[in-house]
Amino acid sequence: MNRHSLVSISELSKDEILHLLDVAGYFEQNPNHKILDGKVVATLFFEPSTRTRLSFETAVNRLGGRVIGFSDASTSSTSKGETLKDTIKMVSNYVDLIIMRHFLEGAARYATEVTEVPVINAGDGANQHPSQTMLDLYSIYKTQGRLDNLTITLVGDLKYGRTVHSLLMAMRYFNPTFNFVACDELAMPAEYKDFCKKNGIKYNESHEFSPEIINSSDILYMTRVQRERFTDIMEYERVKDLYTLRNSMLADARPNLRVLHPLPRVNEIDRDVDDNPMAYYFEQARNGLYARQALICRALDIDILNDKR
Amino acid sequence: MTESKKELAVAALRDGTVIDHIPSNVLFKCVRILGIENMDTSVTIGNNLESGKLGTKGIIKVADVFFPESTLDRIALLAPTAVVNIIRDFEVVEKRRVSLPDTIKGIVTCANPKCITNNEPMATRFEVIDRDDVTIRCCYCGQAVNAKKAIIR
Ligand SMILES: [Zn+2]
Repeated sequence: MNRHSLVSISELSKDEILHLLDVAGYFEQNPNHKILDGKVVATLFFEPSTRTRLSFETAVNRLGGRVIGFSDASTSSTSKGETLKDTIKMVSNYVDLIIMRHFLEGAARYATEVTEVPVINAGDGANQHPSQTMLDLYSIYKTQGRLDNLTITLVGDLKYGRTVHSLLMAMRYFNPTFNFVACDELAMPAEYKDFCKKNGIKYNESHEFSPEIINSSDILYMTRVQRERFTDIMEYERVKDLYTLRNSMLADARPNLRVLHPLPRVNEIDRDVDDNPMAYYFEQARNGLYARQALICRALDIDILNDKR
Repeated sequence: MTESKKELAVAALRDGTVIDHIPSNVLFKCVRILGIENMDTSVTIGNNLESGKLGTKGIIKVADVFFPESTLDRIALLAPTAVVNIIRDFEVVEKRRVSLPDTIKGIVTCANPKCITNNEPMATRFEVIDRDDVTIRCCYCGQAVNAKKAIIR
């Protein structure tokens, strides 16, 4: 177990989050700082995710490190029946850092327990995806100039959407107000509402994506409403368009409002929003590069701000 | 003579362990947790015995075996009321309630089929997140379950 591993965003303190945001800001200004000279990083993608893998691999390359790995379990030894433990042990002989994505929940936690090499979780099933949360936090921080006292509206699939759950947990240090906008079938689970109560986080629930909610928000965080999440297809047909954002709905929004979406989108944000300056989802994805550069430095115990190499 | 002493006398255990005040409905799960099925010493199991506190109760008597404390505490997951009596030379030399540990290793199966613990040869690990209600959470996938509904390996 390496203490710089990161499995879940909930492992980070407030100070660590703020420091990582500063480091991400540094890399946005200096994306090609070659501090990983001579380091080798493994990207082990037991489940394909081109978007996340390219973002992590670009981050390593821009830091001057080298990448080995695989992008799909069918091309790895897992397809020959090797256990996760054996794969991790084997790779640990070669690299300084493991970045892994797996279709099984808890895989990253287990990996940290069988190796001394730091591990960054790049998604384990429906469980955790901390680098997505870091890029969301960085996007919010960058567009609002702060993380404190913001009103954040989460829209769409709040039941299965792990990104909204992780974001909610990470925001606990910053006195947010949340609006949960979803239909009953995809409502925020009780355990996260309990989390809010325990941590003194204010929240409102609504079925309706109303002008009052939009106009009082600083962040609109949109998520995909997927047909396969519904037990009742009629219910899907009824609600699928209720949680779509259109440009006209932003007419009276606060000027600082920004629209976020973890991507890929289907039809929950109309194309006519794309040219609105409030649309931030494409830049949001680019912030993932800086957030991941910051997380890689943390994992390798490199303090770029206090130790310029 | 107290009620438990009467019963202990029936078994006439010279040396060994008596676990009393186990709720009837979890008795056989406790037997499994303790691994008693595979022991070759004399074992007496009683169930649906009258109990003032529990309605009916179960009792397990195992001759010549002294379980490690950590093993006995595992049954607190299902039977927090259980009382352990250590017998040496026909005398109760120690009597204590079982106490629920903070983490439970290796006896509960995670109910999530997509959990790594169900797909890799490894021990499970759960943390107790609610002691009153005895709710435990998988340290790997994060799924929580009430101990009453937990799947015992
Ligand atoms: Zn699990």
